[in-house]
Amino acid sequence: MLSPATSRWRTAVLVIRRWPIIPGFLLVVFFLSGALPHLIAPHGPTDVELRARRAPPVWMEGGTWKYPLGADLQGRDVLSRIVHGARISLVISASAISIGLVFGTAYGLVSGYFGGWVDETLMRILEIFLAIPLIMVALVIVIVFGQSFGTVIGIMVLFSWVPFARQVRAETLQIKALDYVALAKVAGASTQRILIRHILPGVANTTIVVATLHVGSLILAESILSFLGAGIPPPTPAWGAMVSDGRNYLGSSWWIAFFPGVAIFITVIGFNFLGDWVRDAFDPRLRQL
Amino acid sequence: MVQFLFRRIVLLAATFWVVSVLVFSLSRAVGDPRIMYLQQGSTQEMWDAWGREFGLDRPLPIQYLVWAGKALRGDLGISLWERRSVTEAIVERLPATVQLGLTTFLFSMIGLPLGVLSAVRRGSVWDYAGRTFAVLGQALPPFWIGLILILIFSVELEWLPAGKKEGLASFVMPTITLGWLSAAGILRLVRSSMLDTLDEEYIKLARAKGISRQRVIWKHAFKNAFAAPLAFAGLLLGGLFTGAVVTESVFGWPGIGRLAIQAVLQNDFPMLAGVILLFTLLYVLANLAVDVIHASLDPRIRY
Repeated sequence: MLSPATSRWRTAVLVIRRWPIIPGFLLVVFFLSGALPHLIAPHGPTDVELRARRAPPVWMEGGTWKYPLGADLQGRDVLSRIVHGARISLVISASAISIGLVFGTAYGLVSGYFGGWVDETLMRILEIFLAIPLIMVALVIVIVFGQSFGTVIGIMVLFSWVPFARQVRAETLQIKALDYVALAKVAGASTQRILIRHILPGVANTTIVVATLHVGSLILAESILSFLGAGIPPPTPAWGAMVSDGRNYLGSSWWIAFFPGVAIFITVIGFNFLGDWVRDAFDPRLRQL
Repeated sequence: MVQFLFRRIVLLAATFWVVSVLVFSLSRAVGDPRIMYLQQGSTQEMWDAWGREFGLDRPLPIQYLVWAGKALRGDLGISLWERRSVTEAIVERLPATVQLGLTTFLFSMIGLPLGVLSAVRRGSVWDYAGRTFAVLGQALPPFWIGLILILIFSVELEWLPAGKKEGLASFVMPTITLGWLSAAGILRLVRSSMLDTLDEEYIKLARAKGISRQRVIWKHAFKNAFAAPLAFAGLLLGGLFTGAVVTESVFGWPGIGRLAIQAVLQNDFPMLAGVILLFTLLYVLANLAVDVIHASLDPRIRY
């Protein structure tokens, strides 16, 4: 016989395993920060207070509650910049994943449904695309078109559409062989109608799974770009750039580089766990993704 | 096999060609290259002489052929920032990147035994440890891993050198930074394909026949479970190239990756173009090697 305390503990563990509570909580914090940063952050992201330059976090000697996670080289509050940085990550990853989803899904539908030389051509193009070192192309694009919001989103779309195209094509190949699609054809439905009304709903689950599984790696990719100095131009607070700001002051003011990295890590791991959960809940066949 | 090889080679050549056209078009999108090379106060004669030398007075497709012809012969132009031959700069930096690539490859191979262990002892402490290692590797930003390693092992403990390439000790942190993500990817793939394979009837039969557990795991199951991670090896190499840029930037590693970043920061287009062509070539060759190994190991593969 289990004691009530043990069984309550067991139930809690079971619930946490069954539902994405922890990643859900992390992502709610992320979305709130991204949506309403000015309500959560104690300071503005670019408020400079020179007297507070490199102020340590609150629990260290000389730290104050005014700068809970310390202040950076120009005396800007690290916590506030992290909260505002969530908006950058949120907007970029959401736009990139949505554009990639629409384009990739259309690409996969067309390739899978038409088959033959269309499929052959589209798949060869995709393979060529996979063989290009994208980070390099990203750097060239930044040189040619300059640093801006649009450039970064464009680069992220280059990274995001391929998994949608591949997975949707594979699903389309299966669905188009089903009887109801043949019946729709016999009934005289147009190609467009078959694609949009009969096949698209069948691949919708897959696109949702692919999207949640890849948001994490997109956020990571964006942070890498901004760490390298090829992301959103300063002084906009992007997490990767914040880590880069603090890299030369690790010995004396480690918090400048440390906390933005923790923010990236927590967000990415939240999305990765949520992605795993969504995949298992929607479509366990995709376990290899 | 011959037909398969032929198709792969054609495809990879096409890839390389597309990248070269892309790089060339983008380089011309920046504007007339003479604007970048010539200083202010240069005369009209110098301007025209450069035009003739680089074929800038001729139509763009011809200009592409001139550029591509030179690149094929190893002449990648002059770096704007370093004021010397791009090929020379690349050849000088290549060994550092290749060495780091090799140690990283060896390091990421720990994903193989860890993945097998994780699958065989499913639900054990080993499994949880392995999966934690994988989850962290896929969520920690690589540049941040590098900085934290420097903070702990160079700044605080003073065990390992950072910011220079001297002796074996200096390889430890860059290798972990660069290799963790790929080790994590390998571990996850090996684990899941091992779990699938261990469920197969022929494994149960082998055990029932009385073959030892170790032998079944390594001879029967692992061999078949190996295909999935091998197919992933090409993508893994791509990840290594991306990672090299980041890792070399964090550790001040004197390799190609840092050359690329320097080129971006200095708007040094010829240098960046050279680095991209080289990376693409290496990537394409590595992928070809993976395809060949894959096809010769697994007779089920027919393209």
